[in-house]
Amino acid sequence: MASTTRSSAPEPAGNSAETTLPWGAGDSAPATEPKRAHSRGFGVGFVVKLILMALINAFGIYGIVAAFGVGSWAIAVFLILALIAANLIYFLPGRRILPAKYLFPGLIFLLVFQVFVILYTGYTAFTNYGDGHNGTKEDAIAQLEQTYEQRVEGSPQYPVTVLSSDDDGALALATLQDGQVLVGSQDTALAPAANAESSDGSVTAVDGYEVLDYAETVNSPEQLAELRVPVSDDPADGALRTADGSTAFAYTPTLTYDDGQDAMVDADGTVWADQGTGAFVSPDGEELRPGWQVFVGFDNFAAVFDPEVIGGPFLSVTLWTFAFALISVASTFLLGLLLAILLNDKNLKGRNIYRAIIFMPYAFPMFLSALIWAGLLNTDYGWVNQVLLSGAGVPWLEDPWMARLSVLLVNLWLGFPYMFLISTGALQSIPEELYESAAMDGAGPVRRFRSITLPMLMVAVGPLLIASFAMNFNNFNVIYLVTQGGPQDLDSTTGVGATDILISFVYKIAFSGGTNDYGLAAALSILIFVMVAVVSLLTFRRSKALEEIN
Amino acid sequence: MSSATTQPQTQRGRKRRTKAGRSNAWWRHVVALIMCVFALFPLVYALSSSLSEAGSLMGSNQLFATVTGANYQQLFSDPQTPFMRWFVNSLVIAGATALGTTLMGAAAAYAFSRFRFNGRRKGLMSLLVIQMFPQLLAFVAIFLLLFAISGVYPFLGLNSRMGLIAVYLGGALGANTFLMYGFFNTIPRDIDEAATIDGASHAQIYWTMILPLVRPILVVVAMLSFIMAFSDFLLAQIVLQDPSQYTLAVGLYEFVSVQFGEDWGVFSAGAIIAALPVMLLFLFLQRYIVAGLTGGAVKG
Repeated sequence: MASTTRSSAPEPAGNSAETTLPWGAGDSAPATEPKRAHSRGFGVGFVVKLILMALINAFGIYGIVAAFGVGSWAIAVFLILALIAANLIYFLPGRRILPAKYLFPGLIFLLVFQVFVILYTGYTAFTNYGDGHNGTKEDAIAQLEQTYEQRVEGSPQYPVTVLSSDDDGALALATLQDGQVLVGSQDTALAPAANAESSDGSVTAVDGYEVLDYAETVNSPEQLAELRVPVSDDPADGALRTADGSTAFAYTPTLTYDDGQDAMVDADGTVWADQGTGAFVSPDGEELRPGWQVFVGFDNFAAVFDPEVIGGPFLSVTLWTFAFALISVASTFLLGLLLAILLNDKNLKGRNIYRAIIFMPYAFPMFLSALIWAGLLNTDYGWVNQVLLSGAGVPWLEDPWMARLSVLLVNLWLGFPYMFLISTGALQSIPEELYESAAMDGAGPVRRFRSITLPMLMVAVGPLLIASFAMNFNNFNVIYLVTQGGPQDLDSTTGVGATDILISFVYKIAFSGGTNDYGLAAALSILIFVMVAVVSLLTFRRSKALEEIN
Repeated sequence: MSSATTQPQTQRGRKRRTKAGRSNAWWRHVVALIMCVFALFPLVYALSSSLSEAGSLMGSNQLFATVTGANYQQLFSDPQTPFMRWFVNSLVIAGATALGTTLMGAAAAYAFSRFRFNGRRKGLMSLLVIQMFPQLLAFVAIFLLLFAISGVYPFLGLNSRMGLIAVYLGGALGANTFLMYGFFNTIPRDIDEAATIDGASHAQIYWTMILPLVRPILVVVAMLSFIMAFSDFLLAQIVLQDPSQYTLAVGLYEFVSVQFGEDWGVFSAGAIIAALPVMLLFLFLQRYIVAGLTGGAVKG
C-alpha cells in the first residue's frame, strides 16, 4: 500500500543503520528541511494515503453499523478491531510500525479468507450444520409451529385485503365483517379500524396503512406466507393465513412448544423431545424437520468411517484419489522427461518449434480443455469414437474403468507440458563438465544417466513433483468437468461415482447431493488435509535426504 | 535458456554426431511429431468445430468440412448466454486478483526481506505452514462465511464478483510470499542504504527502486494468479449464482452441460475466444514463465 509518514524524515531501511540513527519520523524538523528536496512525490503520496484511508474508514464504519443492524456481532467486533488497527498502523509515526504498513493489507485478507475459513472448517466438522440444521432452536420452533397447522373446524372463509403499515412496512390483513372493516397484524388480533373505507365488499383505504394491489402482494410471497393474524385474543380461534392475498382461513398450530418439557407437543398428545441431537424426536425415533445446529462431537468423523453411512464409498474414493494422483504425477513426469531428453539435443532441427507446440496444452485454459475432452470422448457423438475408431461405441466415460482411464489420459495431456518444461530446465542446469569427466572415467551413457542425470534431476524437480501430487490430489476441475465424478454408483445414496476423488465427493456432499451436509463435508475436508500434509511431509524428508547425497 | 552452452561442448556434440548422431536423428523427429499431434489435436478439433456449420457435437466431427462464422455470430447475439458478460467478468475478476495479489505479495515480501522486526521469523514460518492448507479445501466454510458477509456488505457476499475477488486475494500471501521473498533477497541492500542516505523515504525506495528491480517476479506472480483466477471453477461455482455474474468457467460449463452436444459449435467458439487472452499472455510473457517455473528447479 502506498504509505508515507507525515514528514520526509529519512527512515533507514537497513538494520545496521537503525541503531546509529536515533531519530524517528516526524521530529527533528531542522534535519529534515534540506532533505525534502530529494523526496520527490512526497506530497502526492500523502494525499493518496489520506484518500485511501478515508475510503477504508467509510467502508469500515458502514460495515460496523450494518453488522450491528443485522446482529452479526462477530463481524462487527472484527471490523472495529481491524479499523482501529488500520488507523494506528498508517497514522502512527515511528519506525517500529513500519513493517506493519507493508504487511497489513495482505494479512487482513489472509486472516479472513484463509486462516479463519480453515478454523471455521474445523468448527463446522464438529457440528451437524446442513440442510434441516441451519439455524437456532428458536428458529426451528417458530418454523415448526408454522408448518404444522390445521384449519379451525367450522371456521368461515375470510375475504381479505393485504395492507402494508406506513410505519415499518410490515404486512397486515383487513377484512369486512357486517359492513365493518377489521384490521389485524402479526402481533395484534383482528379489531375494528377507526378510519377505513370500503366499496363493493372490499377494503379500499385504512388509516395508517397502504392498501396493496395484487401485483404488490405477489411481490413478497415469503412475507405473506409467514403472516399470521390472530382472529381474536383467544388462541383457540386460530390465526388467519392467506396463500393468495385475497382469501384467508383460520388455522391453529397442531404442534406447540411446551416450555416445561422442552418438547414439541402434538395435538394427539405425542411428545417430540429434545434429546440433544439437534432435533425434536418422537418416542419411536422419528425426527421433526427442521432441527437446529448443535455440536455432535466426532459423529461426522465416525460417519466417514462407518460402512453403513458413507464408509463404503469413502474407502474406495480414497484409494482412487491416491491412485489418480500418483499415476497422474508418474505418467506426466515420465512423458515430459522423455520428451525433454529427446529434445535436449542442440543439433536437432526445429527443436524450438517442437517445444512451442508441446507447450500449447499448458497455455490453453485447463477448464476449457477438460470440457473439450468431454466432448471428444462422448460415446455416441464424440470424435474419438466416430472418426478415430470409425464408429466403435467405446464407453469412454460411461464404464467405470474406462472412465478412470479417460480422466488419467486427459490429465496426462493436461500435465505433460509442465513436466516437459521443468525437466528441460533442470537438464540444462546440469553442468556439462560432470558428463565430460564421467566420460573420461569411462562411464557409458547408461551409467552417466543413472549416476549424474537422474540424481541431479530429482534434486531439482523433486519438490515440484510433491507439489504436483498435492495439486492432483485435489484436482477438482479435471474430474468434475470431464465426468462429473460419474458414472454414478447407483447403489449409494451419496451420489458418488467411479471417478470421484475426495474433493469432488466433498463437493457432492456439501452442495449437489440430495442433502447439503456441511458438517460431514467439513469433516472430510479435514481428513483430506491430513492426508496431503502427511504425504507431503514424508516425501519432503526423502527429497531432503536426496539433496544431502549431492 | 537454450543459449547457455559453451563452445567446446558444441564441438564435441558435432563430432559425435558425425559418427552415430545423424542415423538416429530421424526417429527423434518422428517421436516429436507424434507428440505434437497428441498435443495439438484437441485444440485443432475445437477450432474446427467452432467453424463448423452443423453446430452439433456429431456434426463437428469432420475436421474443417465447412468453414463459417455462424457459431461466433450466435455466441454474441444469443441473449440466453451472455457470453460477453462472462468474458468481461472473468477478465475483471482475474485482473483484479492478479493486481491485488502482486501488490500485497510484494509488500509483504518487502517487509520480510528488508525489515527486522519482532515475530519476523515466526511470521515466515506461519506462512510456510498456512501455505500447506489449500484454500480450496475450505470451500464449505468460504460459502458459509460469504453467506454471513452478505448480510453486512451485500456487494461483497454471495453472488458478487467482489466477494469472489476477496476470496482469491485471501490466498495471495500464502501462495506467493515465499516465491517473492527469495527474489527480493537477491536485490542488494546497499541500494536501499544508499538511497536512504540520499534522503529517500521507505515508500520511495519501495515504489521507485525495489519494485522496478523485481519486475520479473512480479510478472510471474501476476501471471500465475491471473490464470488461477481465470481457470478456477469450484469457488466461482459456489460463490456466483446468478448467470449475469458468472465467470467463463461457470458460464461455459453450465452452457455445455445443459444441452450437451446440441450447441457444441457455439461452445467451441466460446472456448476459442475465451482461451485467447491466456494464450496471448503466455506468448508475450513466455520467457518470464519459463524462468519462473524452472527457477525453483534450476536453483536446486
